[in-house]
Amino acid sequence: MKQALLKIKSTVPLTNDVFKTVLEGDVGTLKAGQFIDIKLKGFTLRRPISVCDFDDNSITIVYKTVGEGTLALSSLPKGKILDVLTELGNGYVITKIPKNAQVVLVGGGLGVPPLYGLAKNLKKQNINFDMVLGFNSDKEIILYNEFLNLGVNTVVTTADGSCGVKGFVTQADLKNKYVFACGPVPMLKAVYEVCADGQFSFETRMACGFGVCQGCTIQTTQGFLRVCADGPVFTKEQIVW
Amino acid sequence: MVDLSTNLSGLILTNPIIAASGTFGFGKEFASFYDVNILGSFCTKGMTYLPRLGNPQPRIAECKAGMLNSIGLTNNGAEHIARHEFLEIKNYFKKPVIANVCGFTKEEYITNAKLADESPTVGLIELNVSCPNVKQGGIGFGTQTNILFDLVKAVKNAVKKPVYVKLTPNVTDIKPLALSCEDAGADGLCLINTLLGARIDIKTRKFILANKYGGYSGQGIFPVAVRMVNEAFNCVKIPIIGLGGISSAADTLEMMMAGARAVQIGTANIIDPFACKKIVEELPILCQKLGINKISEIIGIAK
Repeated sequence: MKQALLKIKSTVPLTNDVFKTVLEGDVGTLKAGQFIDIKLKGFTLRRPISVCDFDDNSITIVYKTVGEGTLALSSLPKGKILDVLTELGNGYVITKIPKNAQVVLVGGGLGVPPLYGLAKNLKKQNINFDMVLGFNSDKEIILYNEFLNLGVNTVVTTADGSCGVKGFVTQADLKNKYVFACGPVPMLKAVYEVCADGQFSFETRMACGFGVCQGCTIQTTQGFLRVCADGPVFTKEQIVW
Repeated sequence: MVDLSTNLSGLILTNPIIAASGTFGFGKEFASFYDVNILGSFCTKGMTYLPRLGNPQPRIAECKAGMLNSIGLTNNGAEHIARHEFLEIKNYFKKPVIANVCGFTKEEYITNAKLADESPTVGLIELNVSCPNVKQGGIGFGTQTNILFDLVKAVKNAVKKPVYVKLTPNVTDIKPLALSCEDAGADGLCLINTLLGARIDIKTRKFILANKYGGYSGQGIFPVAVRMVNEAFNCVKIPIIGLGGISSAADTLEMMMAGARAVQIGTANIIDPFACKKIVEELPILCQKLGINKISEIIGIAK
């Protein structure tokens, strides 16, 4: 964990209620799949938000305005300084991918953004993979062009069939695949059932975000683990539904 | 130099700042952020005899000036904690810690308190009496004078280290409960624990916490805590550790003027991991400004 004062470089809407904000400053050393925890004026608890993209001095987050806090965040002006805890959580571990495994990144809705940083990293390391992105409808599609620009084979599914393949992400062939999955719990569970192995990113309501309050603790095959500090990424063998 | 030291039944703290149970884990994470030896002490996560996952998720809800939690004493069990977590603390904290001890029966409290008593890491036992008494219909140990008296007396007889009773504020009158603890031989009191609250999502029409109700903590409860500490201070002679919404050096002095001999910082740690460090650093400066040379002289001084 690192506490940093980061400046808002830009905020742009991606859909009606999803925003992309770029924060600048001493962001620390990040890994794909980690998250940050943002203090907002007027709110007691910080907002934990997954990291979509990062470099040495910036973090990109993509978030939905689900409540007053995220709404306030989306309306803050450029140049505003935020108190942020960074380097939180374990992130995806690329070295765990078995040799010759066929890798698929599976994202659902707001579970898509953290896979972007991972996709970039996999590309850099010359690891081949496919992407499956699931949304409710074409109006909710985010980051599709960004993944195409990375040169990744990307399949989109929509629940209402308004774009791409009609149905859920499990329309894609995930059997015998090594997956990196992030999305709502029903999606994670469905992917878990069909894939060979993989890493799954979880979300819970958190208070601290850095491992002390036990608010987010879940049962795993390795005992009680904290989603914030021991996760948010868990391996298939760790998960207990 | 301002003298910040304070005496808790023979346990001398270099300053009155103690991190509260449940907001500091076993100190390990904070030790990686700053040198936790600057604290007077810290209270370890509440321990029950059996490991507990706690209540269903979600178990955190935000509110104005604070938060609700229904975590439900998530812990690895007292035997594990005594053998692992307590030993590990020695690697990063050189002072005695305060062990928060829970239980669902009197017998369980005694077993857990003995494990804390035997640990060289522990200097003081904090008895969390907000747990439901499963043998007596689930009513909280800390809400009835006769049950509380019986529990405190039994734990006191079983251990050598000082026992401070952490009282729940969810009672009609704190005074008879404080007196029961004193009569039963408690060495001190800690108050207040969280206030029972609830939040409802008006869109889904559901309680936010899976458990419906949870403990309200944070800045919003501070005035309630100041009042209750003062009420207890006016009716018992044993030392009081004050807690409830303290988030600054100014709050610390206010709580001590109400009657607290030391204070605990809870929810502030969760919002700002450096909260305790900042308060420890601010405290002597603020004392100097207010002409306080010896902090123990302001305990209960409020007129």
